[in-house]
This record gives sequence, C-alpha cells and structure tokens, in this order.
Amino acid sequence: MTSEAHIRLVGDDLDERSLALRRLVVRGLDGGKRGHLGSAFSLIEILRVLYDDILRFDAKQPRWADRDRCILSKGHGCLALYAILADKGFFPAEELDRFCRFDGMLGGHPERAKVPGVEASTGALGHGLSIGLGQALAMRLQKRDSRVVVLMGDGEINEGSVWEAAMSAGKHRLSNLVAMVDYNKLQSYDRTAVVQDLEPLTDKWRAFGFAVHEVDGHDVDQLRRVLSSLPFEGDKPSAIICHTVKGRGIAEAEGNPTWHHKSKISDDEVAAMYAELD
Amino acid sequence: MRKTSLDSVYEMARHDPRVVFIGSDLGAGTLDTFKEEMPERFFMEGVTEQNIIGMAAGLAMEGFIPYVNTIATFITRRCFEQVAVDLCLHNLPVRLIGNGGGLVYAPLGPTHLAVEDIAIMRSLPNMTVVAPVDKEEMARFVPQTLDMPGPVYIRLAKGGDPIVSRAEAGFEIGKAIEMRAPGDILLIATGVMTNRALDAAAALEAVGGLDCGVLHMHTVKPLDETAVLDLAGKVRGIVTLEEHTLVGGLGSAVNDLLGDCLGRDAPPVLRLGIPDRFPDKYGTQDDLLGYYGLQPDTIANSVREFASRHLG
Repeated sequence: MTSEAHIRLVGDDLDERSLALRRLVVRGLDGGKRGHLGSAFSLIEILRVLYDDILRFDAKQPRWADRDRCILSKGHGCLALYAILADKGFFPAEELDRFCRFDGMLGGHPERAKVPGVEASTGALGHGLSIGLGQALAMRLQKRDSRVVVLMGDGEINEGSVWEAAMSAGKHRLSNLVAMVDYNKLQSYDRTAVVQDLEPLTDKWRAFGFAVHEVDGHDVDQLRRVLSSLPFEGDKPSAIICHTVKGRGIAEAEGNPTWHHKSKISDDEVAAMYAELD
Repeated sequence: MRKTSLDSVYEMARHDPRVVFIGSDLGAGTLDTFKEEMPERFFMEGVTEQNIIGMAAGLAMEGFIPYVNTIATFITRRCFEQVAVDLCLHNLPVRLIGNGGGLVYAPLGPTHLAVEDIAIMRSLPNMTVVAPVDKEEMARFVPQTLDMPGPVYIRLAKGGDPIVSRAEAGFEIGKAIEMRAPGDILLIATGVMTNRALDAAAALEAVGGLDCGVLHMHTVKPLDETAVLDLAGKVRGIVTLEEHTLVGGLGSAVNDLLGDCLGRDAPPVLRLGIPDRFPDKYGTQDDLLGYYGLQPDTIANSVREFASRHLG
C-alpha cells in the first residue's frame, strides 16, 4: 500500500514500442476520421505492460477459459485497446482502417460480440467494475487462478455504480480483482479537480477495502514492477492509481481538453501526428 | 407467488451448479435453506442494484445462471442502463425476479409501484417479459427459464392470488393460454389481471349474456402474435387488461400488432389499464385496482359499454 509514483511525466521520451502502438491508434483515428485520442494515449503504457508482461491470454483462443480477463471500462479509450489487440494478433491491423465505419468491426466503443479480445461491451461509464466483480467471483467459484483487471477513467469514477462495485469487491475480499484508474486529471469539460474532484483518491479506494498502489502510468518499468507484485495483499482486491497525461505523445494534445475527442481529422493532422510519433 | 418462484430457484440450484442467487437487501430469512446448503452461490449484496446487475452479467459471461431478486421497480427503473447494456446487449442468461409488480405496494406510494416495468423491459432487445397469474403457473414457468439463452424479467404479484391456471393447459414461454373460448369479445390479460378477466367474463355471461373469451398472455414479450391474430379474426372486439400504465404495455403491444398486421380489418380494441399519471392514492392493491376500474365489476361495465358501441 505504498506509492511508487514519483510523478515525472511530460517530456520523457517514449520508446519505439510505445511510439508504434500510438501510431496504430493514429491509424484507427485516420480510418474513422475521429476518435478519443487523448483518452487512448494516456492508456498506452498501461495496456502495453499488461499485455506484454502480465496478462495470460491466447490471441488464437480469445475465450480460453483460463485466460486473465481485462475489461476496458472506459470504453471511449478503445483505440488504445484495439491497438494492443491488433498488435497481439487478435485481429488484423487492417481493421483499424475501418474504425467507426458502417461495416467496420471496431466501433467507437468496444463490443464483446464483435471484437475478439474485448471482454465487455462498454462505453456507458461505470459498468466495468461490476462486471469484473462478477467474473472474479466466477473465477473463485470455478477455482480458476485467472485474474480480472478493470481499467477505468478518472471521469468515469464519478459514477456511483463504481463505488457500489468497489464496496462489494471489498466485502468479497476478491484478491483476483484489480481496479486500475487512468488518472490523467482531465475529463471532457475541464480538469477533474474542477469538474468533480476525486481527491483523496488513494484513501477512497483504501477505505473501500482495496490495497492500493500509485504509479507513473507512462513508466513501463514501474508499471511492470507494480503489476508483477499483484495481489498487493493476499485477501484484498487491488487498486492502482495510474498518474498519466491525457494525449501523451502529441505535444499539442497533452493535457488539452479539446483533444478528449476529435472529429473531422484532416490528412494534414494525421501526417503531423505520424511525424511526431516517428 | 414469490415464495414459489424462489423455491423453484432453490430446487434448480440444488441440481445445477450453474445457478446462483443474488438479492439486494431482502427480508430476513429469505432463502435461508439455499444459503445454508449452498453458501458460495448465495449472494446478498445490499442496496446496490446497478452493481448487482453488472455482477450478474459478469457471472453469466462465465457460465453461471444468476437469478436476481428485489423489488420490481428497483430492478427495472433504478438500474435500467445496466439491464440494457450489461444484460440485453450482451444477451446474457440473467433472470430478474421483480417483487410487487403493478400496484402491490399500494400503501407505500408511487416510489414503490411498478406500473411501467413491462413497458421499459419490453422496449429492450433480447429481453423476455413474463407475468404469471398464480403460484401454480409460476411453479410450471420458472424451471423453464433455466436454459433460456437471454435475459428474462419475471413479474411477481402480491401472493395469495386465486388459483385459476390449470395444469392440463400446460405452460410454454411465449405461448398464450386460452382460458375461456372466445365469443363476441376477447379479453386479453396478463399477470393477475387474468383472474379479474375470468370473473368479469363470467359476470358478463350471467348478466346480459355477453359471450367473452379470455386469453392469458403470461408472456408479454415475445408476444404470442399467432394466438392474437387467430382470435382477432373470430371476435368482434378485443379488450386488453393490465395492471400497468397504458403507455407501452400489453395493450400497446396488442394494438401495435393488430394495426401492423390487420390495419382497418382489425376488430375494435379497448385498452384497460392505469392512466398516464402517477398514482395519487394509497390503500391496498385492490383499492387501487378499483380506483382505476380494473376490478371485475368495473371491467364488466367497461366491456358492456364497449360492446354496445361496437356490436350494435
């Protein structure tokens, strides 16, 4: 229950893998000429470490019973999820070119029935932790050692349903459940501190029965170290507050609320993003 | 009816390890035997309806069959988005058992009445909506839900309702039961309104000799369209009866079907139900049913007037 986060965010160089995943996000953005870029870019390192180093899965058997479950509860960040799932071979990267299109597989929010690797259809906020709670209870009942990771946004956890689920997870002492908050400090309208202040956020999760760590959500080594130590306490669910920067990787988008969602993205803008992520 | 439905859940759980029970903050002693014998599959999660629906969805995704129980209005209105997205969009086998459908909680006022539950549940793709007439029918129905692929909403009545269903008529989800052969008029009712419809039909025959059939539409969604359309061709008028707002319930479903399929050839329809305003009285369920003209004597009067207008 300690904080490893020494918050050191903007200005650090992203490595080639982080840049490549962001380029896949831009590919989707280009395909749909729209998307929640800021919300996707704050998630990249979290998803990268989960899928590279932590989660047990088989892209060829997306519903393998013994996989770990990872729910993107902040469904609007789906371009980041699509990027890592395409990277891992759940589906061809060409699908990104049809993002949000009429007959595309990848919509503006992820759907379980359509996209291999998507565990829950999300987009309406505040649903994922309850679904993850149910899955974690199911894993316990079935005596599987699979873990359930739920990724939430900071704006998302304004929803009361998140705290209903948190209370229940604490009660059930679900050590196989991991709640991760992409704390980029910016929701759609303005800073979270202005719209609906979440602080003291760590204390909140702790009070609901979670063992909590804070991390720099763009520091791959730190994420790996913290995620490798799950569960933080043997009989508690775990929460990880990931301090991130919305739009991380594109200077103009970083911390800029107008980049929460972008539509009518031009070819020039796409070219500029590719150049910056080269 | 409630006890019968929960006893059925217990029996299914004894024989099928996929069955789990989730309650909110139900009355002390509810399903104690279930809890004692299968504690790992018995959940009482507190007043967290949104969470309960999501949790049920997560369990169902992993192969369990959750039966969720709380007060009807809280399992439909409070967590509507969770029901729509987590259950219906994912098309998961979760069963919602709603206590006190309709006007059962009359003394508790409009916060506790479930008079639009059928409308909002039937508006959702993949949802099945069932309102049995008595506990014996409930006992025939609940076991059939076990292997249904999608979500089901089960509307419970008050309990102690008169037994009018018959074992020999059987029970099949989505298949209406003709409880009285049609004459000039067909009464179509759901839930406990079917017993009022039967009483009204008997009174109409006894006094004035008006011959009315009764079709028990226990399943409002999917509606038994074949039964309605077949009988619509044999009668001169249809009256729908529901302990529910006239907006979007059984009457609307029947009217939509007749309009879509028969157009101007459809027989005239009278819809009896609750007007589009919040109930402003307390008392008992029977008091409120009387207030809205939904007891046998007032139903009979309305049908008589309808018949005199349309049958000449």
